[in-house]
Amino acid sequence: MMRLVAWGTLVLGCLYFLLPLLGMTEFSLKMRRGEYSLDAYRVVFADPRFWETFGYSLALSAATIVVGVVLVVPTAYWVRLRLPQARPFVEFVTLLPLVIPAIVIVFGYIRLYNTSSFLPLTGSAFGTDILLTMGYATLALPYMYRSVDTGLRTIDVGVLTEAAQSLGAGWFTILARIILPNVMVAVLSGAFLTLAIVMGEFTMAALLNRPAFGPYMQLLGANRAYEPPALAVIAFAITWGCMGLMQLVTRFAKHERAKA
Amino acid sequence: MSFLNLSHLEKSFGANRVVKDFNLAVEKGEFISLLGPSGCGKTTVLRMVAGFEVPTSGGIVIDGQDVTGLKANQRNIGMMFQAYALFPNLTVAENVAFGLKVKGVAKDRRDARVAEMLRLIGLPEMGGRYPFQLSGGQQQRVALARALAPSPRVLLLDEPLSALDAKVRVSLRNEIREIQRELGITTIFVTHDQEEALSMSDRVVVMNGGIAEQVGAPFEVYNRPATRFVATFVGTLNIFDGKVTGPETAEVAGVPVRLAEPVAVAQGARLSLALRPEAVHLGRKEGAEVVLPAVIQGVEFLGSIIRVRAEVAGSVVALDTFNRSDAPPPAIGTQAEVSLSGRDLIVLQD
Repeated sequence: MMRLVAWGTLVLGCLYFLLPLLGMTEFSLKMRRGEYSLDAYRVVFADPRFWETFGYSLALSAATIVVGVVLVVPTAYWVRLRLPQARPFVEFVTLLPLVIPAIVIVFGYIRLYNTSSFLPLTGSAFGTDILLTMGYATLALPYMYRSVDTGLRTIDVGVLTEAAQSLGAGWFTILARIILPNVMVAVLSGAFLTLAIVMGEFTMAALLNRPAFGPYMQLLGANRAYEPPALAVIAFAITWGCMGLMQLVTRFAKHERAKA
Repeated sequence: MSFLNLSHLEKSFGANRVVKDFNLAVEKGEFISLLGPSGCGKTTVLRMVAGFEVPTSGGIVIDGQDVTGLKANQRNIGMMFQAYALFPNLTVAENVAFGLKVKGVAKDRRDARVAEMLRLIGLPEMGGRYPFQLSGGQQQRVALARALAPSPRVLLLDEPLSALDAKVRVSLRNEIREIQRELGITTIFVTHDQEEALSMSDRVVVMNGGIAEQVGAPFEVYNRPATRFVATFVGTLNIFDGKVTGPETAEVAGVPVRLAEPVAVAQGARLSLALRPEAVHLGRKEGAEVVLPAVIQGVEFLGSIIRVRAEVAGSVVALDTFNRSDAPPPAIGTQAEVSLSGRDLIVLQD
């Protein structure tokens, strides 16, 4: 009886998530009257703005991931190695982007870095891109930090560090050749989550007036009928593709098999 | 001057003085063990030599160079850890080559050295494997090769055998000692296992409460312990109450005995006398000064040795006899005699 209830709950849960997706996918295929077609997808892919915004967001995702890794890996490593007492504080700080809305953060940025400020980043497209990248890195911070911290938990950071030091390695070598490769799967999962966040982010990009994928999706959604669900399906495919990649990377990382 | 000199080393963590005025001079090629119970400061001394802890005061000199202020990666010291500490992302060969690569050794020389080290530890075919594909003993061998590859001035071993099973531990400790002798590398070995310390070392430093209670050859430490702690920590001991009856004589259980060395205690004073289990004989031994009645209370069969516990003059005494197939161990409850000699008695001083 209990097993039946469990299965029933699972099926209900799956339906709750899958039915809207199925409905949306089905609707995205109905552009041609009376038959299913991929016309909506064809229109989306034929739109040069799709590729421009998609490419732009992809580039900014890469930059955000680099910033995130450079910021988070040494921080999480140092907290674990030398400042364990600071861990609750650092965790609190990394969680702040979850409770402070993106719109508050971006208005703060605009006030701080406008053209009449000491660092007028919004004065140029490149400067605004830097600002947007930093904003994305902030939004992705909770996910990136937790991923990396979980990865660090699986290795004996202190002993590996001391072993490397006794062999003559400095901090950069230890981080680049020992710590980072050993938490690579965790870093990649953080990176893929960052990618998913950046690809769908609207508020910051819209308010900083940058041609990102999020505002494009919103624009399309406001003006078209069949293309937005097609775009949403594409966005889901990107996210799921990222999750699949995470699994693949975990499977192919030879030394990770020992931890499994 | 010795090759490695630790002078007046002190280490405090807050108000807690972990190492107190620690002095040690180690000759080149010597194998020294730091032996002591948990929390006695032995690992802290090792970590100060390695550069992982900064001494509160005192100095460390290696081969004439004061390394007290140097960082761990500038000291050229090899180290083996209890938890192997092999880099999981690198193969065995890459692990061994790590220190050489950091030093900037050319690839062909590096490869040759890695091959030499893997031959030395008896794992020449394992270079391509990852640490998780090796047994504990193999991993620790690789850790040894990795520590030795950059030709360090000193090798530090931080309880490297503790995580291994008994059989592997014995074979690996022999291998480590052979390799150490072959290379002539000055080595400091930290352990709480007295058998390891006594069997491997040229000299043993017995530590307690942050101080070195005795520094000496294993034979000396075992047979002539300098303090009560050393006597009780190293090996098993039977302790008797005695009374001083003269400069070199005492009374044990009412029987007069002649001591091996004179004691600086006033006549009539009470003192503690100790005897190793192998110095107490079951039965009446020819030439023994003291023969006492005993009741067998327990028998432990340890293979080549049988450890017997017997009640003698109101206290329980442990004694060891060799196993002989034609002489079965005594039954519990049997009346027997034990004999001992005054020259085997160790006078315990606080």
